[in-house]
Amino acid sequence: MIGLEHYLTVAATLFVIGIFGLFLNRKNVIILLMSIELMLLAVNINLVAFSSFLGDLVGQVFTLFVLTVAAAEAAIGLAILVCFFRTRGTIAVEDVNNMRG
Amino acid sequence: MISADISVVLPELLLAVYAMGALLVTVYTSKDKGAPMVLWTTSVVLVATAIWIALSGGGTRVAFGGMFVDDGFARFAKVTILLSAAAILLMSQDYMQKRDLLRFEYPILVVLSVIGMMMMVSAGDLMALYMGLELQSLALYVVASLRRDSVKSTEAGLKYFVLGALSSGLLLYGASLTYGYAGTTLFTGIVEAANEGISLGLLFGLVFLIAGLAFKVSAAPFHMWTPDVYEGSPTPITAFFATAPKVAAMALFARVVHDAFSGVVSDWQQIVAFLSVISMFLGAIAAIGQQNIKRLMAYSSIAHMGFALMGLAAGTAFGVQAMLIYMAIYVTMNIGTFAFILAMEKDGQPVTDIASLQMYSKREPLKAMAVLVLMFSLAGVPPLVGFFGKFYVLRAAYDAGLGWLAVAGVIASVIGAFYYLRIVYYMYFGEDKEGLDTGMNPVLWGFLMASAGVMLLGVINLFGVEGVAAAAAATLVN
Repeated sequence: MIGLEHYLTVAATLFVIGIFGLFLNRKNVIILLMSIELMLLAVNINLVAFSSFLGDLVGQVFTLFVLTVAAAEAAIGLAILVCFFRTRGTIAVEDVNNMRG
Repeated sequence: MISADISVVLPELLLAVYAMGALLVTVYTSKDKGAPMVLWTTSVVLVATAIWIALSGGGTRVAFGGMFVDDGFARFAKVTILLSAAAILLMSQDYMQKRDLLRFEYPILVVLSVIGMMMMVSAGDLMALYMGLELQSLALYVVASLRRDSVKSTEAGLKYFVLGALSSGLLLYGASLTYGYAGTTLFTGIVEAANEGISLGLLFGLVFLIAGLAFKVSAAPFHMWTPDVYEGSPTPITAFFATAPKVAAMALFARVVHDAFSGVVSDWQQIVAFLSVISMFLGAIAAIGQQNIKRLMAYSSIAHMGFALMGLAAGTAFGVQAMLIYMAIYVTMNIGTFAFILAMEKDGQPVTDIASLQMYSKREPLKAMAVLVLMFSLAGVPPLVGFFGKFYVLRAAYDAGLGWLAVAGVIASVIGAFYYLRIVYYMYFGEDKEGLDTGMNPVLWGFLMASAGVMLLGVINLFGVEGVAAAAAATLVN
């Protein structure tokens, strides 16, 4: 029998993978965008699991909002990334370093 | 039912309609040529909305089943946000026009982010909180990279986007745990659930929520985006980042801890006090080595957020009052300081190096005097208004039994005074060499002088903001 705790464990694992993807990845900014998406989807699993467990629809409504916002966020992120690529000529994470200190 | 709800959110609704209408009209007619007109209309609309909200009378009204709360606290924050956004828009016209940056999207994006901020300070539900926060953030990511052909500006936008999305993720994870363990997303429901004894899941939710919010107010140790974003963004945008979004995020912070978690003060008090103390020290120490005035203002804002959080850490109505007064004063000081930074030019090009201010007082005695007043006020030197802001939060922390935090605040403000005074030193006692251009746009001059004047004249009674803030805080904490 798969219970609430299993879903929460999966969500927590995905969330942590997302955070590690953000901090350990040194290669490509696209991977950062994927990590962000992974974090948001982990939250969605959490919300749907809680919603089903509590028998309360609010969690699923919240999930729909999160999905919509995540799509808008990805669109804006990619747009900024395109601008950055045009001026800098690269999207490697280690080249995002014009400002320091 | 629905018409009563609509009447509560009417200011936000009309602003949203205005933003979309302005977008449509300018796209189909004048495009970027109409940008100055859009900018001025937007400022007028923002100021008119601020006056409307300020005069709309007391009382707490809720809409959409408690998801949206319009109380004295929200109105205080909204008026501050609207007025500062309007001031920044007016200040930016000259700078943007000279650098060919004045696009018509800019004022419209600012309005959209202002709507998000108004939503944030009125949130009575985790969903409303998230939607407001994202509306604000998404608009801000775009304006940060407004100068599309500059590496620095696009890099600032990219960094802001990645770290902002991370913070939204943390906040959202906290929201999902809070929802799961409280069984509701309404703040009023969360209070009841937390009062029955805070479970481990709810505690984790609280910690994640606070971490996400700390990112948004740029409190250490979640501050790393601030200096880069401040440096890379075009200066008017930096000025905007330093004012309205900080007020909104701080007010949202207060709303979450006092509305949703008011029964478990001892659980979040330690975390907020910790954020406060490291923000103050990091802001004060890291700014010492900065030569770029925009980076310096970034660290200065981190330190100021530390002081504002000190008021919040007190966990009392007086603490919230102190925080509101502090934010209002902080915004006024920053508007004046950025009016000056926007006018810093050498041969028509913007400069941000502090060393270019050498012996500025010889060429421009009046403006140098205004900057001196603002710097002393930022440092918290009595008897200027900035001192009273610090005095209120220190007293709030002391009254709440956080004496150690108040002592740490005094030490941090003494360390922080060093870099503000260094700017004054350069202006009055530096080496005499070729420096900044003289002359200044009259709008910027007006804002600089008005802000410095407020710092001097406000000592009489703080323009009555104290009583208003007390009434606002009383509606939040009861």
